[in-house]
Amino acid sequence: MKHTPGWGLLKGLFETARNFVGSYYQPGRLTTIEYPDERLPVQENFRNFPMLIYDGADPERGLRCVGCKICEKECPPQCIYIVLERDRSGKVQKRPRLFDIDVSVCMSCQICVEVCPFDAIKMNTEYELSTGDRFGALLLRKAELAKPNEYYRRLHPTEAAEVDARLAAAAQAKAAAQAKEQAKLTAKPAKPAWSTQP
Amino acid sequence: MSDLRPAMETLERIRTRLEAAVAGAELEVVANGAVAAQGSLRVDAAHAVAVARFLRDDAQLQLDYCSNVTGVDWLDRVVRTTVRTRRVIDGLERELEQTTEHTVPGYLEAVYHLYSVALRHGPLVLRQRTADRADGARVASLTPVWRSAEFQEREVYDLFGVVFEGHPDLRRILMWDEFRDHPMRKDYVEPDDYEYEPTPHDEVLAKARRHYAGAGGDRA
Amino acid sequence: MRAQAGDLEMRGAFAAEPHGGGGRSAGSDAGWGAGAGHEWVRPAEPVGRLEGEWLEVAMGPHHPSTHGVFRMNVALEGERIRKLKPVFGYLHRNHEKIAEGTTYLGSMPYTDRLDYFCSLTNNWAYALAVETLAGLGVPERAEYLRVITGELTRLLNHACLVGFLLHDMGTMGTPLMYAFREREKILDLFEALTGARMMCNYLRFGGCRVDVPAGWLAGAQRVVDEFPRFLDEFENLLTTNEIVLARSQGVGVLSGALAVNAGITGPMLRASGVNYDLRKVDRYGIYDRFNFRVPLGEHGDVYDRYMVRILEMRESVKILAQALKDLPPGPILDPKSKLRGFRPRAGEAYGRIEAPKGELGFYLISDGSVRPYRYRVRPPSLINLTVLEELCLGHTVADAVIVLGSVDIVLGEVDR
Repeated sequence: MKHTPGWGLLKGLFETARNFVGSYYQPGRLTTIEYPDERLPVQENFRNFPMLIYDGADPERGLRCVGCKICEKECPPQCIYIVLERDRSGKVQKRPRLFDIDVSVCMSCQICVEVCPFDAIKMNTEYELSTGDRFGALLLRKAELAKPNEYYRRLHPTEAAEVDARLAAAAQAKAAAQAKEQAKLTAKPAKPAWSTQP
Repeated sequence: MSDLRPAMETLERIRTRLEAAVAGAELEVVANGAVAAQGSLRVDAAHAVAVARFLRDDAQLQLDYCSNVTGVDWLDRVVRTTVRTRRVIDGLERELEQTTEHTVPGYLEAVYHLYSVALRHGPLVLRQRTADRADGARVASLTPVWRSAEFQEREVYDLFGVVFEGHPDLRRILMWDEFRDHPMRKDYVEPDDYEYEPTPHDEVLAKARRHYAGAGGDRA
Repeated sequence: MRAQAGDLEMRGAFAAEPHGGGGRSAGSDAGWGAGAGHEWVRPAEPVGRLEGEWLEVAMGPHHPSTHGVFRMNVALEGERIRKLKPVFGYLHRNHEKIAEGTTYLGSMPYTDRLDYFCSLTNNWAYALAVETLAGLGVPERAEYLRVITGELTRLLNHACLVGFLLHDMGTMGTPLMYAFREREKILDLFEALTGARMMCNYLRFGGCRVDVPAGWLAGAQRVVDEFPRFLDEFENLLTTNEIVLARSQGVGVLSGALAVNAGITGPMLRASGVNYDLRKVDRYGIYDRFNFRVPLGEHGDVYDRYMVRILEMRESVKILAQALKDLPPGPILDPKSKLRGFRPRAGEAYGRIEAPKGELGFYLISDGSVRPYRYRVRPPSLINLTVLEELCLGHTVADAVIVLGSVDIVLGEVDR
């Protein structure tokens, strides 16, 4: 192909002119938005930092977390810190007294969510977290992490529907097992198990 | 999909040919327990360069491309061997267990992954072992054979402290020149330049307490 | 510092320079600041005649053309480069040490941060190495999803690289912004699929983490269909541009033989005319099912490296179209794989893929515990810099900038 000097430059200038003019009316070329006034819609799968889910109205009682510390162990940057509740006699309870996530360390990898067997920790989509307080405000405590299940349903409707279905099925199975156990106990009230054997 | 690739000779065959070609080379085929079972060939440092030249220039192998060079640190380890013996004691035959312990001294390894661009086969894993983990941590540099080893051997020197004899430009690459230790060694202790963070885990808290004890205050 | 033109052995002088964060020169007897601690000291002897003397300049680490924090120590004769030494380590985070202290799965999000442009191919290389080590299979749908995300990653990496390269040549951002506009569309796809634009953490050993959401495939198809139009636009703008031709042709020539010996991989190797693409050689994943060609360069100069990347994007579009068409239904995770308590048998494995920048390999040694005993990343960016000196010798400083741009490095991967 014979190359006319200057033709390549002209072609390039034509291309930039096309983009320049096009950016006024072609939506595909309008790529920037005026951020604080306008916001892009958050995608459903978007994740930022973890949050704790509670059922019902009370964030203390309804918290799904049982303090099994799996997430604390599996968290790659070790940003989760859990201390379990103890009752008056010092017996360990199945719920956390402290649940801190240091979001200045957290890298939003979602591994805590994947390993949680109780669907208690999920990813929040809140992203405007900048603050002037370097240590205090970037350490999220249990009270700030706890979010109602409705909030989770609003953020991730598809995923939340799956989780709800799974939890409902598990609760049903548990109730059925309990009823069966109850029925067994009522059928054979006081007989110890070994006495039925020949 | 490796079956579609032209197969390389087996390690045993390569070893036999190498022993014929490079006089005096001590070679050993190292087995690999993983599912992939990529075996490797260990070579002594004195003959490593000659072996590498052969591997690169041999018409059937043509391993012209050294993909990966790295180090591995194997610490001293205690091997327990239990020997069961049957002995007759007081007229009864009894089984006795005798456990002997001996320490396998640690060493460092330099591992090379070789491929052939011309014949499109590989990998051949070549290993060199150092005598110990201190002054004897020396192997032969293969940079004269494969240029691609230059920066990677420097990295192994930097992070593991393996000295590559014959390397044209052996100095630290990732750590700064004044750095003293070799951080990728398994017994490396990280320095106590500690910054207190608001979520102390148990061991972090203990470390913070230790750190700030000298400064006269328990900030944690 | 100055060195005589005849003094060819400059390595010692380079070695004595301050390096890394410390900034102290280690007892340099033949360099700047002898016995002066960390302070900058001018050479005691005033610079006299400039002819026949070399001037040593540190380009970087804080220089916009170095693509991050990378330093090139160059010795100049006039404006010609006579010596060049790359200096690394400013972004070293000891990725390998961290990975040896965490579980196999725990390293997956860290691999995102190696080459932060291509987190999905990093994930793929690591997952492939672990699968080789533990003998895990990957379901077919997951293989297709890996190819789709991997090739989209290649598109965005090459588009941005070409943008950066042209930016280095002085186009002041126009092609870069066009490339970023396209990249944004692909990143939106990644966000919809994986939840994050760049730190995707998407693959798992034996498959992928989540299946595609509704409407995602249509969106991906739209991006793929529109991409050739962008490439045409790009080529109209640049490929025959006289300034681009004058700046890039014949600059930074790398011969095929040296490229192979120095372990150069990826588009840089193929620009030198060596036909070695791991998608064809290893046929990892399901790459043997797709019909695509491997573009090769002829001269091995900067222009060929640019052109090979443009052509590779066109081939990637082809692969994507086929993969999106054939994507089968089915599971996305091998039932044998598990998240917690994953303990591969003791042994070792090396897995490698054709990442956009070259051969990205992971070398793993397992001792049967939950943590890898040895974890090694074979970084293409670092090894492609081995020949930087050869490429730049005799060229001007401005050419060194575009040669570095054409190598395609990301410092997160160079220093790890």
